[in-house]
Amino acid sequence: MQLFDIIGPIMVGPSSSHTAGAVKIGYVAGKLLDEPISEAIILLHGSFLATGKGHGTDRALIAGLLGMEPDDSRIPNSIEIAKDRGMDIQFGEISLKDAHPNSVLLKLTGKYGRSLDIIGESLGGSIINISSIDGLSANFSGDYPTLIVHNMDQPGHVAEVTSMLSHKSVNISSMQLYRESRGGNAVMVLECDQEIPTQAIEWLKKLEGVEKVTYYSLK
Amino acid sequence: MSFKMLSDIVNESNQKQIAFWEVVLNDDCKNEGLSKDESMKRMSDIYLAMKEADLNYDPNALSSSGMTGGDGALLEKHRMQPNRLIGDFLTKVMEKAVKMGESNACMKRIVAAPTAGSCGVIPAVLITYEEERKVSVNKIVEALYVAGGIGEVLAESAEISGAKGGCQAEIGSASGMAAGAIAYLEGGDNETIVHAVALALKNMLGLTCDPVGGLVEVPCVKRNVSGAVNAIISSQMAIAGIRSRIPPDEVIDSMRRIGNLIPECLKETSKEGLAITATALKTVVH
Repeated sequence: MQLFDIIGPIMVGPSSSHTAGAVKIGYVAGKLLDEPISEAIILLHGSFLATGKGHGTDRALIAGLLGMEPDDSRIPNSIEIAKDRGMDIQFGEISLKDAHPNSVLLKLTGKYGRSLDIIGESLGGSIINISSIDGLSANFSGDYPTLIVHNMDQPGHVAEVTSMLSHKSVNISSMQLYRESRGGNAVMVLECDQEIPTQAIEWLKKLEGVEKVTYYSLK
Repeated sequence: MSFKMLSDIVNESNQKQIAFWEVVLNDDCKNEGLSKDESMKRMSDIYLAMKEADLNYDPNALSSSGMTGGDGALLEKHRMQPNRLIGDFLTKVMEKAVKMGESNACMKRIVAAPTAGSCGVIPAVLITYEEERKVSVNKIVEALYVAGGIGEVLAESAEISGAKGGCQAEIGSASGMAAGAIAYLEGGDNETIVHAVALALKNMLGLTCDPVGGLVEVPCVKRNVSGAVNAIISSQMAIAGIRSRIPPDEVIDSMRRIGNLIPECLKETSKEGLAITATALKTVVH
């Protein structure tokens, strides 16, 4: 653990996992959707469901979706702020298979029609993991610029993405590949050391066999 | 790379002839690619956030469970009484520890040190020290590096989360970190610092995590007081020359083993202990 994970972070209480981690999950999800959220369906699992209310997990998730970070003093009032901004919020319960006890499924719809389903897990000490995007496995922390490419399971897509990154001098910190079935839907998740230029992401979106490109920027 | 043992920090300090806190600072600079000034700016911002949180205490705030609020104000009022048994320094430490724990439960901004549940211990001790002993903020920032280095060792070689190691890992760790920081501020050498840590930790070994309703409130808020006061008495014993009969790194290793042996029902699952008392079950409504 790094020094400033021990003395820190500065955060709104009461719980690093159930409050600060929840803000971070919402924040990453909101950035991945990349447009103002018109509807958020929030389904809580396990300990998030059992003790979430007392820990402000509900308000923390919404605050993150609104783009607030874990030290934002407006977190306790996030639900009111979301309503003012026209975000429709529904809370519910879910029992996710093989999920971490602190998990949430976020079903988001944006103002301009984009939609995104994300499962986020809060691992403790405000460290998080995004474990699923649109029903496909993923594993990333939100600590690096992250590229998520949904594509058909065909030869060549990994080479296209990695040669583009090489061309843009972006170093890959970690890379994961998942697929539903042979020749079916696949996803690659790349955590990078540098930001990926916007035009490179737009270029990826136009490739044949690439179905969806989602990018999480630290900026 | 994080330090695995307190003796790693002490050895490096002795070899390079630099202070304990500077060893921790240099290591952070190397890990994060920061200059000394950048790291120290970050640490003083952290201290500023602790002071802001202390000042922003709201005596009327109540946590959403309704279990927490107003106790810091009671201690503040008590501090104004002329016939108190305990002196100003300790009374103030108690008050600040409760206030921070309450602010955390009431969704105010705090600094997790090392965790949100134990956020009252270190600021209560350090802010009071700055106010009562009139030392510079820089000196307190140095003490925060001492605390941070101790915390790194605890995270590496024991645990710092209640779910993994029980409350000894949270309030216990915070108390050990604060004890080392005070020992440094009081002019203790490296050996005094690490023995202050050992003495503080030994008083906290075996402490379970059985919060009512799974919330960071009961007994967590008031346990911050005991962690803070324990840090002070332990540092004073070390300053007086008392040494832990069990060497500090061995104390930390036993903390790890004890943490592993504490049953799951007493590690933040709220399935035993205070969490299942008749009153707890009656109080908490989800």
